[in-house]
Amino acid sequence: MLTIERLNKTFAAPSGPVVALSNIRLQVERGQFITFIGPSGCGKSTLLKIVAGLDTAYEGTVELNGKAITGPSIEKGFIFQEPRLFPWLTVEKNIAANLSLRSADVRRRVDELIELVRLKGFEKAYPKELSGGMAQRVAIARALLRKPEILLLDEPFGALDAFTRSHMQEALLDIWQNSRTTMLFVTHDLDEAVFLGEKVVIMNPRPGHIRNVIGIDLPYPRKRTGASFQELRSRVLGEFEKVESPPQTDVGAGI
Amino acid sequence: MQTTRSRLAFKTVHLLIGMLVPLAVLIIWQLASANGWVNAVLIPPPKDIALEFGRMLSSGELLSNLRISAGRALLGFLIGGGLGLAAGLWVGFSIKAERLLDPSFQLLRTLPHLAVAPLFILWFGFGETSKIVLIAKGAFFPLYVNAFLGVRSVDRNLFDVARVLQFTRWQTISRLILPAALPSLFLGIRLSIAVSWLGLVVAEMMGSSSGIGYIINDARSFSLTSVIFVGIIVFAAVGKLTDSLVRLTEKRLLRWRDSIGGEG
Repeated sequence: MLTIERLNKTFAAPSGPVVALSNIRLQVERGQFITFIGPSGCGKSTLLKIVAGLDTAYEGTVELNGKAITGPSIEKGFIFQEPRLFPWLTVEKNIAANLSLRSADVRRRVDELIELVRLKGFEKAYPKELSGGMAQRVAIARALLRKPEILLLDEPFGALDAFTRSHMQEALLDIWQNSRTTMLFVTHDLDEAVFLGEKVVIMNPRPGHIRNVIGIDLPYPRKRTGASFQELRSRVLGEFEKVESPPQTDVGAGI
Repeated sequence: MQTTRSRLAFKTVHLLIGMLVPLAVLIIWQLASANGWVNAVLIPPPKDIALEFGRMLSSGELLSNLRISAGRALLGFLIGGGLGLAAGLWVGFSIKAERLLDPSFQLLRTLPHLAVAPLFILWFGFGETSKIVLIAKGAFFPLYVNAFLGVRSVDRNLFDVARVLQFTRWQTISRLILPAALPSLFLGIRLSIAVSWLGLVVAEMMGSSSGIGYIINDARSFSLTSVIFVGIIVFAAVGKLTDSLVRLTEKRLLRWRDSIGGEG
């Protein structure tokens, strides 16, 4: 379980301190899928970095299973916006990274994950030979190999084309349902947030804070065209219109 | 198969075109010396040089001296290059070390071989030591500079990945920094080897009783120009050969790079 209490984060900028996150409170149960949505500058990526332990200069409480997060660890997998693979390693070695493929257990798990992210036949390919979607799937497999309790995804599909993106979303839901890993997924895409999350956390900027949390009580697999999906989507969009003025420009990007 | 053969034919044609100019020079040279248009003592005809080459090769003189020279260059390169690599990596990893050492290294880097050679001879005598030290001094800096640059140019984003995956300090060095710096290291190795050969010539011509540099210097006192030419050609050929070997290794090890491998 992830607990965030009275979290504040301030950046030092040349023009003076900037409050990036103000009084964040959030509780995430094990196995939940939470999406975070908000315009740029709302602090959603900063929040993710703090949970990952990549950013430790904050005030307040951030605890995973009652233990304060003091640095990165393999319990908290992180998927960046870019795949960030090691260009000198093949797909399977990128997934293994600092673990040895000579270990029978690692070998077996890597093969399973390659199957899971549908990269069979590309084990020996170098990153330069992969498409953006394939590379991002390698990054996901690399994180999953460590059996993280929680997977943090920072706009992971933002750079992909619409077709690949919707395929990746379904693949991620598959992985989530099989592994029951807690997912924290940051996006600026409204459809993506509603399609994936059990809860959508709506954030807004200056200073970055949580505006509202909307539960998405729809069974998986969800249909984007369904009436209830559209209704919830409108509710989330409605929250934005309260938040932002003018809202159309920022939210429109996700439609 | 068809494409392989046509590519091979293409390459042969390219090779032949590239050989046109040297061939023409050789023919004109041969004619000029043989007909007495130029002084054959100062510029001996290619045929004489080839004959001299054959004579020195069959007498074993060439190979035994080449072995001595190559041994010196290799030892000097290993010592100087090794230290340069270590220093470059260290200074690359540590800002403190950079502040402490880099200014001094940059100062020493500009010292020419010929300026320090007399000192080395005074300190270490005419024996092997002064030669090796001189070669090592030259080989040190290209590897130092490129190892330093290589370490500093590692993609910062990948450090975050290493932190998230909980790489140990040693894993960060061996699995992230060193592979990422490898292209720079190879450049440093190639430059260091080239400088080792330059240092070798200076060292052997300053005072020596063996080696290709000695053969050249000795031939100079007897005006044996064809021997000098043979020495120069051997230096050029061995230098090119070692460079090609390193490039071949580089190509194999850096297959993952975008710019290397694939077609052409």
